[in-house]
Amino acid sequence: MRNKLVYVLCLLAAGILCWQLYNILLNLPNEKDQGAIYRIVYFHVPAIFTGFMGFFVALGASGIYLATRNLKYDAFAAAVTEVSLTFATIVLATGMIWGRIIWGIWWTWDARLTTMLVCWLIYAGYLMLRRAIDEPTQRARLSAVVSIFGCTDILIVWKSIEWWRTQHPAPVLSVRDGGGMAPGMESPIYWNWLALMCLAAVLVMIRMRQENMAREIDSLRRMAHSY
Amino acid sequence: MPGDERALEIDRVSKYYGHFPALRDIQLKIAAGSTLALLGRNGAGKTTLLRILAGLSKPSEGTVRVGGADVRDEKTRRRIGVLGHGISLYDELSAAENLTIFAQLYGYADPRKRAAEWLERVGLERVRDGLVREFSRGMRQRLAVARAFLHDPEILLFDEPFTALDDRAIAVLQGLLSGAHSAGRTIIMSTHQLREALLLATHVALIQRGQLAYTGERTPEMLEDPGYLYRTYGDN
Amino acid sequence: MGTTSVGSFFGSFLRDTLAIAAKDLRSEFRTKEALNASFAFSVVILVLFSFAFDPSSEQLQTISGGLLWLVFSFAGALILNRSFARELQNDCLDALISSPAPAGALFLGKAVANFVLLMIVELASLGVFGIFYDSRFGAQLGSIALVIALGTWGITVIGTMFSALTVNLRMREMMLPTLVYPLLIPALMAAMTLTTDLMNGTPFGKDNTIWLRVLTGFDFIYSILAVVFIDVVLIG
Repeated sequence: MRNKLVYVLCLLAAGILCWQLYNILLNLPNEKDQGAIYRIVYFHVPAIFTGFMGFFVALGASGIYLATRNLKYDAFAAAVTEVSLTFATIVLATGMIWGRIIWGIWWTWDARLTTMLVCWLIYAGYLMLRRAIDEPTQRARLSAVVSIFGCTDILIVWKSIEWWRTQHPAPVLSVRDGGGMAPGMESPIYWNWLALMCLAAVLVMIRMRQENMAREIDSLRRMAHSY
Repeated sequence: MPGDERALEIDRVSKYYGHFPALRDIQLKIAAGSTLALLGRNGAGKTTLLRILAGLSKPSEGTVRVGGADVRDEKTRRRIGVLGHGISLYDELSAAENLTIFAQLYGYADPRKRAAEWLERVGLERVRDGLVREFSRGMRQRLAVARAFLHDPEILLFDEPFTALDDRAIAVLQGLLSGAHSAGRTIIMSTHQLREALLLATHVALIQRGQLAYTGERTPEMLEDPGYLYRTYGDN
Repeated sequence: MGTTSVGSFFGSFLRDTLAIAAKDLRSEFRTKEALNASFAFSVVILVLFSFAFDPSSEQLQTISGGLLWLVFSFAGALILNRSFARELQNDCLDALISSPAPAGALFLGKAVANFVLLMIVELASLGVFGIFYDSRFGAQLGSIALVIALGTWGITVIGTMFSALTVNLRMREMMLPTLVYPLLIPALMAAMTLTTDLMNGTPFGKDNTIWLRVLTGFDFIYSILAVVFIDVVLIG
């Protein structure tokens, strides 16, 4: 049943992405100020959402793990964080490319990019910690605490940069530069959003299965060595 | 029943590392005043169990209670003394400072006085201001024992107490343990030194692959033939 | 002995916290290893930076806060790393955890000690900074001290917590900075901005009270989170 779900979501994601790719590249006209590159927004914005979801979901999953001590929640938190790291990388990369072409700079300390960067560093730290711990229960327990601390931090960073930027406006990689996009041009964002969510779900499910299996193998290995 | 409030009850304790059961369904009641020798091969689960009893680790399932109170309760921890592999003393502090800290943590109103009493009891009052770093091995072990017994614990937990001790130190420790036993203390020690441990023990428990393979009174046969238990209940 | 009223709980919690803090401070003042290393490191950074920036320039005014907090956080890492690691020698950590002192008191005691040590190094570094870079900040000294105290508490809370978390890991020295620095970003951003403003003579005003709020919010939230989760981290 699980396998079927994975395949269905995969096909759905692939289908939507192909359709939208066709739409974006061939049907839509160039945006008047930004030229061809604006199309990157159709991947940048959906990726932002999937990149950030990690910290809400992992925060919740880590909390539930600590309450129930069921290792499946730990596997879920790890899988979601890793997938979110991937999407955060996409956000940063697309943001940098866009910034380079539009503003001529590779990087700007705008609110969203900075928050995403901090997010990336915290996710990466979490994953590195997991690599450093062999024993599954200890790994789950410690990484749950790191996840809770890390995700709280991202909230603090987000809020504080928002407050700061409301007083000190700076170049913002915003899609609503001209005060909104033409109606026909907005829909690909939402479709891609859906596609990337399906893709994220697929990746999380596969990753979770890997985590669960790795844990079983670890236990079997311990049993073999102890007897 | 009298003495029950000092009994240690291990109720269906399990400890998992991932899915691997380091301890599985341990059910044991240790009567107050008894001396239990916890036997088992390396990796069987003795240290894991002792760490749970000492409050250093939480069981995955089950509870450990002393007189109805959980072993992690502050009141209960006051009644338990632990001596592990390390001496649990700070090298850069003096003997008196070390004991004073632990007397403070165990709630003594006059920690310095308590520390001084025990320094005298283990014969270290002349070096009370000497740094532990400069002590000889024997002196460090004596101070470690002082620290463990400092707060007059009713329950003593020892993890392989006879390991790496010379003959003289073994004799001293045996004296202390039998003294504690006479005073009605409950003693639990995990050990490989079968003979020394069995001499002092009133009860034995054999742990095998995380499970309790045997538990009961220590009989004279065990003393004559220390390997008997392992052969009968172990899987050698 | 004694009733377990809320008052007596807080009383003994405070006593335990102070006992642990005093122990850590006594240990460190006796050897001064971490203090010396930390201060030497901060002086080196300040010297190196003087080659990168012309000390008398305008440029310095805009980066003074950033520079100071970089120095503080890097030098602080040397002190924070040792915090729980010093307990590993001789198995002292086990003795502390199995004592009646709550894990929260253990954590707060160490955090207080770390805070004191960090403040000593930072105030000394601030003096060196004033000399090397001919910086005059006497007018805002009180406010600067407040910001330094708040920022240092943030570094201390996170650093001490993660010192506990990484204490048993084999890659401790690498994992501690990797985990701690990203988390400190909001606190450091706030502290850097406030310090730069204050050192340039701008007092607390509408513009930067936001950062003051961020800093106090950070300290408050993480102090609570740390005390809540220290038990899970140390015991299980």
